[in-house]
Amino acid sequence: MADDKDQGLHSPFRRKLLMGMAAIPAMTMLPRTSFAQAPATSVVNTTGLAVTDTEVTVGILHSVTGTMAISETGSVQAEKLAIEQINAAGGVLGRKIKYIQEDGASDWPNFAEKAKKLLVNDKCAAVMGCWTSASRKAVLPVFEQYNGMLYYPTFYEGLEQSKNVIYTGQEATQQIIAGLDWVNKTKNAKSFYLLGSDYIWPRTSNKIARKHIENHLQGCKVVGEEYFPLGHTQFNSVINKIKLTKPDVIYAIIVGGSNVAFYKQLKAAGIDLSKQTLLTISVTEDEIDGIGGENIAGAFACMKYFQSLDNPNNKAFVAAFKKMWGEKTVIGDVTQAAYLGPWLWKLTVEKAGSFDIDKVAAASPGVEFKGAPEGYVRVHENHHLWSKTRVGKAKLDGQYELVYETADLVEPDPFPKGYQ
Amino acid sequence: MFGDYSIGDLGAIFAMQGFAGLILFSVYVLMALGLAIIFGQMGVINMAHGEFMILGAYVTWMTSSAFQAYLPSLFPGYFFVAMILAFIAAGALGMLVEWGLIRHLYKRPLDTLLATWGLSLILQQAYRSIFGAREVGVELPQWMLGSKQITDTIEVPINGIFVMCLTFLITAAVAYVMYKSRWGRQVRAVVQNRVMAGAVGINTEKVDRYTFGLGCGIAGIAGSAFTMIGSTGPTSGQLYIVDTFLVVVFGGAASLFGTIASAFSISQAQSTMEFFMSGSMAKVLTLLAIVAILMVRPQGLFALKVRK
Repeated sequence: MADDKDQGLHSPFRRKLLMGMAAIPAMTMLPRTSFAQAPATSVVNTTGLAVTDTEVTVGILHSVTGTMAISETGSVQAEKLAIEQINAAGGVLGRKIKYIQEDGASDWPNFAEKAKKLLVNDKCAAVMGCWTSASRKAVLPVFEQYNGMLYYPTFYEGLEQSKNVIYTGQEATQQIIAGLDWVNKTKNAKSFYLLGSDYIWPRTSNKIARKHIENHLQGCKVVGEEYFPLGHTQFNSVINKIKLTKPDVIYAIIVGGSNVAFYKQLKAAGIDLSKQTLLTISVTEDEIDGIGGENIAGAFACMKYFQSLDNPNNKAFVAAFKKMWGEKTVIGDVTQAAYLGPWLWKLTVEKAGSFDIDKVAAASPGVEFKGAPEGYVRVHENHHLWSKTRVGKAKLDGQYELVYETADLVEPDPFPKGYQ
Repeated sequence: MFGDYSIGDLGAIFAMQGFAGLILFSVYVLMALGLAIIFGQMGVINMAHGEFMILGAYVTWMTSSAFQAYLPSLFPGYFFVAMILAFIAAGALGMLVEWGLIRHLYKRPLDTLLATWGLSLILQQAYRSIFGAREVGVELPQWMLGSKQITDTIEVPINGIFVMCLTFLITAAVAYVMYKSRWGRQVRAVVQNRVMAGAVGINTEKVDRYTFGLGCGIAGIAGSAFTMIGSTGPTSGQLYIVDTFLVVVFGGAASLFGTIASAFSISQAQSTMEFFMSGSMAKVLTLLAIVAILMVRPQGLFALKVRK
């Protein structure tokens, strides 16, 4: 009994002491921001955002139902991966990111409604989201009125700039001009046939392409330009026209499921993409999943990112993405751009030393992300990214093989002079 | 608009557009045949028709994956197995739906519209949960790809010819069943006078169920065929539904022959116009023409003469 009592008196005290001593070296090893030095909430959040001493809330706003779910699923996955990685690395200003996900349901008014909820009710410090220009246009007034911050991941038609939006995809000139110059130079292409789905992005992009071909490329001309309703599945007529006009390059901006029909019929009509040059800016690895590698092998795509990019950042990103979402997932251009959103926001907040929207917006220009899977990006004064333009060649296995990249980062220019 | 082409070119254009139109015609007939049976014979507005097609497409995709994994040597012939399985799957689901939903709504066409529209949403979400939100790629055997060279400028895609043959066979089979077989006579009897047909000993409930199943089964085959030319995703069925109704209504709902004639005129008009103007414009003009004709002939091109 005496022994027991003795132990009861001394042992817990001794154990506590030992544990405390053991914790000292561990404490010094923890990242500086993880506690103690994390700045006080009253300092970093003067406008009542959802920031506590340990947590900061952001919103994810994409369509996970409806027709756009096919495209936006990848963006959601990438954003969640980035948030998880940031949390594992200590969070933002010592605070873990918590996210609230809302479903835009492929319905533009619904996007605006949900954006308002995320900003007004949830007080999100940033929102990652939207895909179509229509949804972005719908939420834009909401973000400006309630002063929120949107990280928008899709390559798009440009002609827009807002202090409340960071555009992590390419605007039109970053994707189009370098690609056309490349095809003109390396394939000696002189005649172009422009194709697209019938809405704002393909029409604006083709307008820029046409201006560039006719005014800036020596002796080049556009031999045809054609648009199809979204979801169109019969391309036999235009394929016949292509056969008759024999353009050097088919320039295709067809989106979504129509692509499957287009490339299958192209192949069935005997147009061999290893002989006929085709350049697209709308088919990523995601779309090839549905088209089938055998139908599109040989086509060129002009983007800023391909899953096959050979650099350490990208290898780590692809491995982490597959570990989180499954071996069979593929990563397209927009998925990567969506992954940049949370990271750029974290870097900007830390540069600004504050979560306040105005300070984040003001600190954004010049923020650089060296860990970007595409290599390296920097935010421009116009809130778009400096990034490289690349051309990839589609392979049988559904991946792109890099065949060209610009030597330098391309300056974003959402309001290009002489192209409107 | 003809000025840019030589006479030889124009000849080739019309020949190729004619073929393109014929392929489009086959596609329209395949889409509309199942709906024409259900809508024409039973008066049910089946808004879930596109989803039955996509079921066929998914069955084809699963069959192709299974053949690739387990029977790679038989892969070239998988498509025929897939079509049969697609017919069975879509037909079985159709009969289930008829039993659980449609039979309570006969004689209330607007209610069938709402009920089947709800059904289409349920099916879409089910596909999304089961197969994922992304589109799936159905791999085709090598012999179905490529095209047949006829002259220097005229080439006909092989899968187009395949769809044409398939359409011909199915249409002939349906026409035989409807107009020559004992069961077809029962169907038509039930359509014309349900009470009298019941009184002479026809099991009208059974006839209804099999008719609905047949219509959905044909939709399944259509979906299977469309994996050759279109996409397979949870909402792909929506792409077809408007065109399908267009063909059926324009043709005169209850007439098989009307469906074929209407598919032919729409597809040829569409195909020819598409060559000389944009795809969107051709579609608008086709629709305008159909509206104008329907204003003159509200019953469609060919309607059954029914005493009212």
